[in-house]
Amino acid sequence: MANNTVTVSGERGSAASPIQSTRKRWWRWLSGDMILAFLVLLPSIIAVAIFIYGFIGWTFYISMSDWKSSIPDFTFVGLKNWTRLVNDRRFQMDMRNHLFYAIGFIGQCIVIGFTLATLLDQKIKGEGLFRTLFIFPFAVSGIVTGVTWQWLMQPSTGINLIFAKLGMGWFRPTWHANIEYGIWAVSIAAAWQFSGYVMALYLAGLRGIPAELREAAAIDGAGTWALYRYIIIPLLMPVTFTVFVLTGMNSIRIFDVVAALGGPGPGNSIDSLALNMFQTTFGAYRFSLGAAIGSVMMFLAIFLVVPYLMSMQRETER
Amino acid sequence: MSGTEGMSRRSFLRLLGVGTTMTVLAACAPAAAPAADAPAADAAAPAADATVADAGKLEIFSWWTAGGEVEGLNNMFEIYKRDYPDVEIINAALAAQGAGQGGEMKALLETRMIGGDPPESFQVHLGRELIDSHVVADRMEPLDDLYASEGYNDIFPADLMSVILYDGHPWSVPVNIHRSNLMWYRPSKLEAIGADAPPANWDEFFTMADALKEQGLPGIALSGTGGNGHTMESVILSVFGAEDWPKLFDGTIGWDDPRMTQALEIMNRLYDYAQPDYLSQSGADVNDVMMADDGPLLMISGDWLHGYFKSKEFTDYTWAASPGTESTYLLLSDSFGLPKGVKNRDNAVNWLKVCGSKEGQDAFNPIKGSIPARTDADPSLYDEYQLWAMEQWKTQTLVGSLQHGAAAKQSFLLDYDLALNDMVATRDVAATQAALVVAAEEAAFGQ
Amino acid sequence: MSVQRLWTRGAIYLVLVAFALYYAMPIYVLIITGLKPYKDVSMLRMWELPQGLYFDSFTTAWGLVSPNFRTSVMITIPAALISSMIGSINGYVFAKWRFRGADTLFILFLVGMFLPYQGILIPLVLTLQKLSLYGTLAGLILTHCIFGIPITALLFRGYYASIPNELMDAGKIDGCGFFGLYRHILLPISMPAFAVVLLWQFTTIWNDYLIGLVVLSNPVQAPVMVAVKNTAGSFSVDWNVQMSAALIAAAPTVIVYLLLGKLFMRGLLAGALKG
Repeated sequence: MANNTVTVSGERGSAASPIQSTRKRWWRWLSGDMILAFLVLLPSIIAVAIFIYGFIGWTFYISMSDWKSSIPDFTFVGLKNWTRLVNDRRFQMDMRNHLFYAIGFIGQCIVIGFTLATLLDQKIKGEGLFRTLFIFPFAVSGIVTGVTWQWLMQPSTGINLIFAKLGMGWFRPTWHANIEYGIWAVSIAAAWQFSGYVMALYLAGLRGIPAELREAAAIDGAGTWALYRYIIIPLLMPVTFTVFVLTGMNSIRIFDVVAALGGPGPGNSIDSLALNMFQTTFGAYRFSLGAAIGSVMMFLAIFLVVPYLMSMQRETER
Repeated sequence: MSGTEGMSRRSFLRLLGVGTTMTVLAACAPAAAPAADAPAADAAAPAADATVADAGKLEIFSWWTAGGEVEGLNNMFEIYKRDYPDVEIINAALAAQGAGQGGEMKALLETRMIGGDPPESFQVHLGRELIDSHVVADRMEPLDDLYASEGYNDIFPADLMSVILYDGHPWSVPVNIHRSNLMWYRPSKLEAIGADAPPANWDEFFTMADALKEQGLPGIALSGTGGNGHTMESVILSVFGAEDWPKLFDGTIGWDDPRMTQALEIMNRLYDYAQPDYLSQSGADVNDVMMADDGPLLMISGDWLHGYFKSKEFTDYTWAASPGTESTYLLLSDSFGLPKGVKNRDNAVNWLKVCGSKEGQDAFNPIKGSIPARTDADPSLYDEYQLWAMEQWKTQTLVGSLQHGAAAKQSFLLDYDLALNDMVATRDVAATQAALVVAAEEAAFGQ
Repeated sequence: MSVQRLWTRGAIYLVLVAFALYYAMPIYVLIITGLKPYKDVSMLRMWELPQGLYFDSFTTAWGLVSPNFRTSVMITIPAALISSMIGSINGYVFAKWRFRGADTLFILFLVGMFLPYQGILIPLVLTLQKLSLYGTLAGLILTHCIFGIPITALLFRGYYASIPNELMDAGKIDGCGFFGLYRHILLPISMPAFAVVLLWQFTTIWNDYLIGLVVLSNPVQAPVMVAVKNTAGSFSVDWNVQMSAALIAAAPTVIVYLLLGKLFMRGLLAGALKG
């Protein structure tokens, strides 16, 4: 088993080393083209600098000011809004909700997406039909997803009615209305919409793995489990990386589904930062507090996701 | 490599195919082309051609997009078009349902206001919602001249004028009146427990609800995800009465008052008599719960419920003032104001005249299900509920609703809703009251 | 062995069918609700088939959403195409021309994907006003292209990174420069990546609600999703009409998926990747 690992990573390693050398060669030969590459990227850099980092900076600046009515007030008040925010019960619930939601959503997307892709990769009759059906929800907007699942997750009807018909009447969850676990139900609705797309990404990744590699593994006597554990899953790391970024993004920005499911929910049980920010800003005209919530979303991305992205990217390239 | 090239050519064809399909679909659209510079509204406001653009435009923001509301609004547009045929009306309507209290519409209006590009007029709840969101920010023109020339001061009831005026000036024209403190109850359920009249106060209700509970029936329809603020304001009104109600919002009576504790305790007890799955039901879902065979005795809702029941051909219901609020009319009103710096001020003023006119109000209200703010409406146009309400409107004490923007500013309303939203989960009266006290302090009532 | 194989195959199909039901269930509710007349729509009887077919709600819904449908087409097609092209060239640079700091820059781009749109509406509007693009389709297309830069760069970079550098070296030897390598080596085999990115951008932009609404400054000219939501009143919702409108609004993304889906899957198997 250990041999397999060495062989595979050895192969990948030998494929990777020429990249390093080519990079150096190109730098020497084509430094003019290297400048050209930068120039081609420059408009995007400027656009991102203004529309993304400029706006982040603007938002952060507002969060330190005293704008709390419809009259803009840019008096600097330091961390006043931030102190208020961290002591706010709704905000504390939001952080808990995002943690649970992220675990549930990312987990479901990766597990369901990978499983279905693997199954569909077994020369299935009617693969096209299954694939179309699986990815269909991705075409449906978040609001519609939320509204539909709000019906499906009614305790007295919807899915519970099906459970009852199947003789499982004892199983009657309250879904998104549950004050403790409601947020997990939200992640089910959201994963319904997104997991099909993840399946498609994994399937494309699987199809990109050369048949020779699988054959070689089979000759080495590797079983199905070993094949996946030591060859396929590591080779799919770049796909997993992309999936993680996409689902992580969704976990931080989740808004539509929560709003349509009746967010913030009893006791803010299914609230999200984006919904909180939107209501705080435009529902209560607390612009500075809303900006602080928006900044928190960005910091979450920067402090939690970026280090992970970087390590993951390094691993992908090794 | 050649295979790849063929592949990509096919792919391009496919892409082209997508484009063509889209264009064909788009071409099938029946209405006139709503390009960015020549927008067309729905059937009510077809795109005007270039020759009439000279009289300018009239852009009206509202959240009336469906139900009887959009027809009522269109009726008013018809009057406007008859009188000012050269003006192009842009019906900028955006549904208020969704991310809480019409969040998207407010977001849009706010960005337009901050960007210095207000619409000619926009729908806003009469009272503090208008005042604290726009008047104090110096964005609105006072309407004293209009009120004088159109005689509104005499035609709107005096109690209503006290809601309209801020700083001694009127800032918007109310087009309709809804009532918040209504109880919708089912005679069949009263019969089931042998009662012959609906509860006159909350004590009576609890007695009846206990009797229903023995039969396994809920007493009241509540929502776990919104709408409790509406029920709660009727409870608060029943405890404080019409005279003390406004004092909660001018700093005279604190929210730590023992009577508020009493009101919260009533509310907290109501949850014990709600339908079983109320926690997962939104305000709109609750309307359906009310119609179910095993539904509750009553629900507290505004008078828009009447139109909903009628449209569903539901008949087992009637109405009365919510328990303990017999002689008070807890009102909410949609109104239109005049922002500063609009492009076509004359068009906007003419619109406000239509909104305030007897003809305009009689065109809008019968179909909307509300009653006119004016006291001289034509009774033959209205249904049995509206006639009842118009009688009450003339004789009862009028106070402004909290839940619907009349009594307090937006930020307080959000805090109030969130406090109640917490109470559904915690069922903790003391903590809820403490949160309300903090919210009232921040709202700085009376300052 | 073959008996065991039969069991395995059976189990696989069973799981696939179960998931097919899971994905189809909400769609079923959407469709049958759209086919019911208003008075028969009730949360409590959601699974029941309609008594007869009523297409009225589809007709009503089409009448309500069609002008905005057209606007959405006019925004989504150019925005998705342009942002995919930008993404392609950016992904090329990030994958194959790693100048000093390119990787850091890439991570900085990625952070942009987490930007909460709800919080940047006011700066966005003020900036577009300064550029005289506020309230215009061009302004909205620009906005979508800019906010699409991170995601498109990510997807294309991933794809181009999987293309062997030997291919690039060969092109180099044939005398290709920066653009030549892109034009002659990468672009011809980029179709699968374009399919993935176009599908993503098309869906995201088509399903966008808030940015389109606020940037176009008026619900009348807003994208179709706003019109879908506008089929609801403030105190009640005609679910049948709203569900029909939602299905109409979802149709283009479904069509695009059906057309691009095969390409998206088949493409990765074809061409120079193996060869």
